[in-house]
Amino acid sequence: MTAATPAGEGTVAGRVVAFCGELRAAGLAVGTSETRDALGALESIGWESRTDFREALATTLAKSQRDREVFDLVFERFFFRTAEGSALDNRELLETELEPALSDELRDAIGFDDLGRAVAEAIESGDRGQMAELGRLAIELFRTEGEPSGVVGVDLQRIRRGLGLRASDDRDGTGLPSSGIREFEEMVREELNRRQIARQGKLPPSKPMLELNRALPTQGARDLAEVRRAVVRMKRRLATLGQEQRGSRRTGTIDLRRTMRASLETGGVPLRLGYRPKRPRKPEIFVLCDVSTSVSSSSTFFLSVLHALHDSFRRLRSFVFVERISEVTHLFEEEREFPRISERISAEGGVVDVSGYTDYGRVWLEFLEGVAPDLGPRSNVIVLGDARTNGRPPATDAFAQVASAAGKIFWLNPEPRPYWNYGDSVMSAYLPSLDGAYECWKTEHLEQFVDLIASGRASPTGPGR
Amino acid sequence: MAGSAPFEPETPREVATQLAGTGYLADQTTALIAFLAQRLGKPILVEGPAGVGKTELAKALASSTGRELVRLQCYEGLDEAKALYEWNYRKQLLQIQADGTGESAGDSSGLERIFSSEFLLQRPLMQAIASEEPVVLLVDEIDKTDQEFEAMLLELLSDFQITIPEMGRVEARTHPVVVLTSNDSRELTEALKRRCLYLWLDYPEPERELEIVRLHEPSIDESLARRLVEVVAMVRELDLKKPPSIAESIDWARTLLLIGADQIDEQVFRDSLSIIVKHRTDMDTVVAGILPRLGNSPGPGKNGTPAGTR
Repeated sequence: MTAATPAGEGTVAGRVVAFCGELRAAGLAVGTSETRDALGALESIGWESRTDFREALATTLAKSQRDREVFDLVFERFFFRTAEGSALDNRELLETELEPALSDELRDAIGFDDLGRAVAEAIESGDRGQMAELGRLAIELFRTEGEPSGVVGVDLQRIRRGLGLRASDDRDGTGLPSSGIREFEEMVREELNRRQIARQGKLPPSKPMLELNRALPTQGARDLAEVRRAVVRMKRRLATLGQEQRGSRRTGTIDLRRTMRASLETGGVPLRLGYRPKRPRKPEIFVLCDVSTSVSSSSTFFLSVLHALHDSFRRLRSFVFVERISEVTHLFEEEREFPRISERISAEGGVVDVSGYTDYGRVWLEFLEGVAPDLGPRSNVIVLGDARTNGRPPATDAFAQVASAAGKIFWLNPEPRPYWNYGDSVMSAYLPSLDGAYECWKTEHLEQFVDLIASGRASPTGPGR
Repeated sequence: MAGSAPFEPETPREVATQLAGTGYLADQTTALIAFLAQRLGKPILVEGPAGVGKTELAKALASSTGRELVRLQCYEGLDEAKALYEWNYRKQLLQIQADGTGESAGDSSGLERIFSSEFLLQRPLMQAIASEEPVVLLVDEIDKTDQEFEAMLLELLSDFQITIPEMGRVEARTHPVVVLTSNDSRELTEALKRRCLYLWLDYPEPERELEIVRLHEPSIDESLARRLVEVVAMVRELDLKKPPSIAESIDWARTLLLIGADQIDEQVFRDSLSIIVKHRTDMDTVVAGILPRLGNSPGPGKNGTPAGTR
């Protein structure tokens, strides 16, 4: 690692290039031209503002909202490490910092209680400088109380308990704003990290970005907002995908009448050719959605997806199933708000018979009997479910019959591919009849699938993307 | 490489001041990116929800730098003929017929002539390139077009030139500032994004929105404006089909002034609701979600009488 003099031209470029490397590793499409732009942008701005520095990099390197989230994570991590790395190179500066800042008698005079009160005051007034100071003090004080454990999380835990900070959601309502406490703890954590690096004389290994960060929500109402945002994105994409096709007329067949009509303007010379407009075929879609408990988190997701689809495709029929299957198309037509729909589905769906466990075999038999006569070569059937039959017969034959009656049949499984066929999952029994089976546990998976369907390019070439 | 623009800003702060001079209050990031766009000669790709001032930014950039604004509104099916240039067939035909009466040997020169700039109909992109004065080019709602059109834009955005097969290359005489806006309705191609600076505009912070409202409606009482901005922020938090835009906040402020309201109570809110919410179902959501919270607010001038006459 080179000695970092912040103004040094070469090292700054080196740092930016390294930073771009990290972004690339985190999955952003950062090429040489982006790196050049970033350097160009940095040359044009003054360096006094941290925000300017960060935004100049962001605007040239992160080209979408999602990229921006990744960018922010990587930025914090990278430049924190860079600062620490260069501090390690200046050892003598470090030594002075490691000296205990408090004399012994002063340290004895202050207790955790006093400090806790001071911290509470600082949080209340929102004084960040004061909070940082007190955070360092708390760490010092804590060193005399017991040996640091060497694990930042544990130390932080102990300090938190020692200071006795309480968030305001406690009953009497006299506590502190929890955002303030979080901010303070973040400061202490950063300081602890810094000290640990100083003690060990080396940087901790950089952690790769977790794939999990972008996984489908698994619990909680907080994640519902994320789902809704993904669905809104998808809805807009669905709305425009059809139109894109409508727009590209140049490849259509020539319409003689239009051409003749247009040629009148130019004295009978057919300069402008009229094309027959291409009307994209709206596919006919049947969606079957498993709403049992084993997929309950994803079924909320799937139901909101169904909702979105209903706005975009007029010829869409929806079914929900657990032990039995039930058509819910009319519910989507009557109700326009999602919460009401899911309420009514659970109230009137009538899909649970006795046990509440999914029975795929029975579902296929019922579907074959009740709905399959309506299937034709232009209908697409989409099944959303985990294929866990709870030990009941999968009725593969019935499913194969359904598949042959339909034009295309797809399966979206909310479990990652490695889990298929484990336990009571009978995914492999259905695979031969399917035109495509896709795992669908990230919002991206779903968006990709919708792109396929809406563009009419849905192909049986499996989950490649 | 660029022709000198009328005003060449030195720092992002100067850009912010210039923009503010035209009534556009840019935050630090926006000003920085507008500055970089002029410095580096790169297009800006602006994304964000509807009604946060994406198009307005281009207009403000134009008037603050004293440039002309050339606007290309995108829609599906937009093609080169509408965006770049088109040969004026009728004029060409007339020319051929006029030449044809002579029936002379000057055949090829006649053909050359009808493919000269005289017979070219300039569309917005061509206009922006060929203009003598530096301009601001606004390509609005680029996500509405198809990918082929995007590909066509690439030559223009990176080299500021257009190739016309019959005539050759037309290069920009001055360096236009290009602003592309998108509502994020489809993923733009990597190639396009690569050439642009990216700016995400979101609904402004309450403080900034307050400034914006007061800038456009200076006569509004400060505490009323503050309350208005708070309520609008609450409405945006709900799950609506179309959350109120900044323009609608300003409209609402205007409405409140017109009906002479001095505070936002239940009655006023109900009366003027349609200014900020424009969907049947959204209205229900807002009435259910906001009305109960209006009453027990620390609003200004709360005098005993709840909803009712002012």
